[in-house]
Amino acid sequence: MLKKRIIPCLDIKDGRVVKGVNFVGLKDAGDPIELAAKYAREGADELVFLDITATIEKRKTLSDLVTAIAREINIPFTVGGGINTPEDAEVLIRRGADKVSVNSSAVKNPELIHQLADTLGSQAVVVAIDAKPVNGTWQVFINGGKTPTGIELVSWAKHAEDLGAGEILLTSMANDGTKNGFAIEALNLVCNAVQIPVIASGGAGSKAHFTEVFTQTKATAALAASIFHYGEIPLPELKNYLKQQNIAIR
Amino acid sequence: MTAIVKYNAGNTQSVESAVKRLGFECIVTADKDILLAANNVIFPGVGHAATAMAHLKATGLDTFLPQLTQPVLGICLGLQLMCRFTEEGSTPGLGIFDVDVKRFPPTDIVPHMGWNNTGHNSCGLFNSIAPNEHFYFVHSYYAGLCAEAAAQCNYILPYSAALQKDNFYAVQFHPEKSGAAGEQLLKNFLSL
Repeated sequence: MLKKRIIPCLDIKDGRVVKGVNFVGLKDAGDPIELAAKYAREGADELVFLDITATIEKRKTLSDLVTAIAREINIPFTVGGGINTPEDAEVLIRRGADKVSVNSSAVKNPELIHQLADTLGSQAVVVAIDAKPVNGTWQVFINGGKTPTGIELVSWAKHAEDLGAGEILLTSMANDGTKNGFAIEALNLVCNAVQIPVIASGGAGSKAHFTEVFTQTKATAALAASIFHYGEIPLPELKNYLKQQNIAIR
Repeated sequence: MTAIVKYNAGNTQSVESAVKRLGFECIVTADKDILLAANNVIFPGVGHAATAMAHLKATGLDTFLPQLTQPVLGICLGLQLMCRFTEEGSTPGLGIFDVDVKRFPPTDIVPHMGWNNTGHNSCGLFNSIAPNEHFYFVHSYYAGLCAEAAAQCNYILPYSAALQKDNFYAVQFHPEKSGAAGEQLLKNFLSL
């Protein structure tokens, strides 16, 4: 049986792992390679590295870091941040990333998704979406959550799928950093609208939140950061717990 | 020396890194003399079957690879291209394995993406690997069950997760991305 994936996310700034609350107030959370290797040993199913400053400061993701990760890590990993062209993405894939993730750049230029799918294959293209409710409807935000787009979440997710996205990484800004649980409603809206895998992100604070997201939505993966970085919920403990809850876990 | 076949399909970096992590020397090459002289050959692949096959034809690798006599390991698209035919772009393959490759019916999420368990036979690739071990898969097309199946996986339907015929081996999953079990499988192959 295909297993649900648990994905630690490492937000990278200036080569260090950082974590903020509701997209602001960044705190240092460690060395990326060291953390990544530890998570791989502990049973992480995949890893995501997001250069969170890349979009705002127009910096390219640290491709040297990708080379180092590829040398050390024996599980799949995604890299995002500052990918504006197919060439940006190809460099990262050549350096050993399995997938790239695009967010603001895809909203500004949706054709980018199509170009990436054509050159890399859909399996390598993750479309990351940051969203929160505005006047009762879920809307897409870009530039690290700072800029509203007025675009409705589900229509954007479907459009991304049509353009060739291989996966959707949905982060609820309303939940991110709160530790109050995943955004079940928004996940259901998106999971029921697309045929591709959806990764749930934002709000993980307890082991039970993972049971919730896997039993109440069709998300095939759940992503979290701080609970892992600060050792609040060790990965092996989480995976054992979910197995006991009869969730399909490796 | 291990040779990794260089062509326009995919991410050879991770396979190369994995082989080196295990302490084996390797080279990524399309040079037929180097491929012939290698102890073993890995045929990776990510991308579209028709594009990859066109490239293999243009370089003559399509007739060269099936004649290799040392152990050869196809990975992911590599496995699919070693079969008779694939529905992806209606492409004839290398014909090493006597089975066709089809697209998963759309009754569940496609691609099949993530960790799934496999049942395997006594094929040497799976030495010291537990029955029902998990490997990492990413694919939308599959090779059906057949006499040459060395392992099977179940997603939407049961299909061949690994194939073997004489010196030719192939796996649908990515051993280079499958943690300790994947490393064991690669080590088994490199030690054949």
